[in-house]
Amino acid sequence: MAKTHVTTTINGEPVEFLCDTRQTLLDVLRDELGLTGSKEGCGSGDCGACSVMVDGRLVCACLVLGVEAEGADVETIEGMADGDKLDPLQQKFLENAALQCGICTPGILIAAKALLVKNPDPSETEVRYWLAGNLCRCTGYDKIIRSVLEVAADAKGA
Amino acid sequence: MAADGGNGYRWIGKRTIRPDGVDKVTGRANFGADFALPDMLVGRVVRSPHPHARIVSIDTSKAEALAGVKAIVTAADFPEITPEKATFGSSPPNYRDMSRNLMARGKVLYDGHVLAAVAATDNAVANAAIGLIAVEYETLPHVTDVVAAMQPDAPLLHDDIFTAGADPTPTKPSNVAKKVAFTLGDIAAGFAEADVIVEREYRTEGIHQAYIEPHAVVASAGADGQVTIWCSSQGHFMVRQYCAGLLGINIADIRVTAAEIGGGFGGKTTVYLEPVAVALSRKAGRPVKMVMSRDEVFRGTGPTSGAAISVRIGAKRDGRIIAASAELKLMAGAFPGAPLQPACMCAFTPYDIPNVEITGYDVVVNRPKTTAYRAPGAPISAYGVESALDDLARKLDIEPLALRERNAARQGTRTAYGPTLGVVGFEETLQAAREHPHFKSPLGPNQGRGIASGFWFNVGGESSSNVHVNEDGTITITSGSPDIGGSRASLVIMAAEVLGIDVERVRAVIADTASVGFNRHTGGSRVTFATGMTVVQAAEDIVKELRKRAALTWDIDVEAVVWEDGEARPAGDNAGKFEPLALRDIAAQTPKTGGPIGARRSIMAQNPGAAFATHICDVEVDRETGQVKILRYTAVQDAGRAIHPGYVEGQIQGGVVQGIGWALNEEYIYGADGRLQNAGFLDYRIPVASDLPMIEAVIVEVPNPSHPYGVRGVGEVPIVPPMAAVANAIRDAVGLRMTELPMSPPKVLAALDSGA
Repeated sequence: MAKTHVTTTINGEPVEFLCDTRQTLLDVLRDELGLTGSKEGCGSGDCGACSVMVDGRLVCACLVLGVEAEGADVETIEGMADGDKLDPLQQKFLENAALQCGICTPGILIAAKALLVKNPDPSETEVRYWLAGNLCRCTGYDKIIRSVLEVAADAKGA
Repeated sequence: MAADGGNGYRWIGKRTIRPDGVDKVTGRANFGADFALPDMLVGRVVRSPHPHARIVSIDTSKAEALAGVKAIVTAADFPEITPEKATFGSSPPNYRDMSRNLMARGKVLYDGHVLAAVAATDNAVANAAIGLIAVEYETLPHVTDVVAAMQPDAPLLHDDIFTAGADPTPTKPSNVAKKVAFTLGDIAAGFAEADVIVEREYRTEGIHQAYIEPHAVVASAGADGQVTIWCSSQGHFMVRQYCAGLLGINIADIRVTAAEIGGGFGGKTTVYLEPVAVALSRKAGRPVKMVMSRDEVFRGTGPTSGAAISVRIGAKRDGRIIAASAELKLMAGAFPGAPLQPACMCAFTPYDIPNVEITGYDVVVNRPKTTAYRAPGAPISAYGVESALDDLARKLDIEPLALRERNAARQGTRTAYGPTLGVVGFEETLQAAREHPHFKSPLGPNQGRGIASGFWFNVGGESSSNVHVNEDGTITITSGSPDIGGSRASLVIMAAEVLGIDVERVRAVIADTASVGFNRHTGGSRVTFATGMTVVQAAEDIVKELRKRAALTWDIDVEAVVWEDGEARPAGDNAGKFEPLALRDIAAQTPKTGGPIGARRSIMAQNPGAAFATHICDVEVDRETGQVKILRYTAVQDAGRAIHPGYVEGQIQGGVVQGIGWALNEEYIYGADGRLQNAGFLDYRIPVASDLPMIEAVIVEVPNPSHPYGVRGVGEVPIVPPMAAVANAIRDAVGLRMTELPMSPPKVLAALDSGA
């Protein structure tokens, strides 16, 4: 099958790739572009480990086709830090031990950042429901939720 | 109670940033599926849709003819392991069963059983190829229920299982692979003395470890037979050993690199894909990558046993428990090996009971072969025992926590499985629970509070580490224990403590199997204890050497040099006047003082120090829907010494939440057709953030005398109490004793409706 040419923007950089029309955006990111920070935990949109932003919208990259990235603005975990300057969420997760194995962490960070853009001062319940689509089997979520709330509080105080 | 600060240590007990942290928050960390090699093929497997069938034929000709297919393997491509060669070495797995589990031979024994594998140039071709492999089956009657499988007329999975441990050994084969029994005292006399007896039966369902990262491997076999493997596993030395045993390769010809591991919880303590990928790579002459889908993870790996349990406990009027018995029937899955021994060992160990009898059965059923899951077996028996204790407390009109206090095991208490307990902190957890504000907080209508405790013996075992002083005085730790939840953080803390240097100057890597001595897999809550001990001992060896180098530099006796705050100092005025030599000073001078400084330690760690926990759980039951909401949860645990309290709390919180999932939602659902109906995260529902409150972890520290810093393993015991804690809270809230897991809304609603 002939491959489709796609022109897109990933983490602010113009990117072109060829993909099979059946390939998901997650497959393209991981297998074609070498951006393996987005993880596949289920392939069915249930676990959120592949969470990325497409045109400012939080999506599971496993439920988006690669060809749908045409002309879009894609943001992944690889673009979250500014060089060696971590995003406040990344820093807080480290300080609070909010990750154990770390496989869900990229997706949770992307989802949490999307929440704080939309709602800079969420309640605990709002954080819990927003992140309900991101499964973590290690932490029991406690330190994740606290970290997101603390980053929001820090930003408010700043 | 707080572990950090004021403990006399510079680093132990501090919440440092883990050395592998930045990679994990930026997406740079390489997990199993993130690895790739040039010219790599994609491997996929064919799985049986039947729970039990004879394989009449496998026709691979059409698949072989497909362009892009480079290799196909079936059981015929693996050495047949005869019963005589099923086990070898110490603490052996059964290679015959393992071989037949990863590639069915003659029969398929569960929905999802692998019977062929393909390597092809890409995923699409590999998927097309597995669809072209024609398998003719002769279906057989199946059994997926543990009690049904024990009946005399049950469909038989294996014709060579004659119940081990039964007296006399049966002459007819059955599905009961093994019977074990532990006794203490005189059980009949004990019950005869009891004033009050409670007795009840319980059921638990099979559940999965549900790590978020599916199994993944890349294998590359060279033409000379040497093999390199990259995989996500709890034990890369185990992968090496099992591949050698299954494929008949010398251990020295296999080198395994552990990828970052995306959760395991015991489920990654065996092999599924690795030997298959090696076999495909050998045949194709190219590297092969295999990654499971989530459906495959549920159908083909894990789970832990479902069980039928009966518990009987007798006490004197004053609350002293005088007799306790339990019968545990555990599903092993398609091959023997349920976590029977630990389930029996942990059942009554939190309590000092003079007369105990525990009987357990390991039962094969047409389900995936069970694999370890966090404190394997203990949560199953504890659910029954701790529920029964709650009933007993009510019957005696004693506060449930007081009943546990009255009977608590302590140092010197004889366990039903033989040894007496060493220094343990069970009573300390009970006391901390009693003193916690949660214990006395008010409850509203339809709300209830449950208490439950738990025990896990913990494991020591083989560990090896190397510790090197680098040229600039920084330290590199080379460990062979896959880091599943932050253990590198605890290793660097312990090394920095011994050496007296900044923790940021110590780094730890998980080395491949050729670069460090043997390590038993990461499991049994053993890494911070056992591998930590190798790091501490190696660091102490380095301190000795650093003192020697300083003594040489100053031309004084080594005994006249002390190591304090990361520098060598003269031991006193008599030793002479010398400017202290910091680690970096000595490191810079090593070419002149005898060459590089490094140490390695390989040990068999003993006396891991048992772990105890006591949990308090508040729930609210919705009488209209049967939904149980966790309102508040406090988990008290003896950690011995919390090296990094943040990751100790994390283990406790994570274990509790897995237990809450086991209590309320998680279950393997099999249809009458013997097929798994919920092989995905949508229908196999693990807890999500909105299901839960904060989980308060309270760390009690009763140091383990066998570890230089007092460490006890912390990873497993937190999953032991939650099911009973939730069940007891439901009992308190609405008066219902739920005797089946999961206590899901339909079951709770049915119980409410029937007024049970």
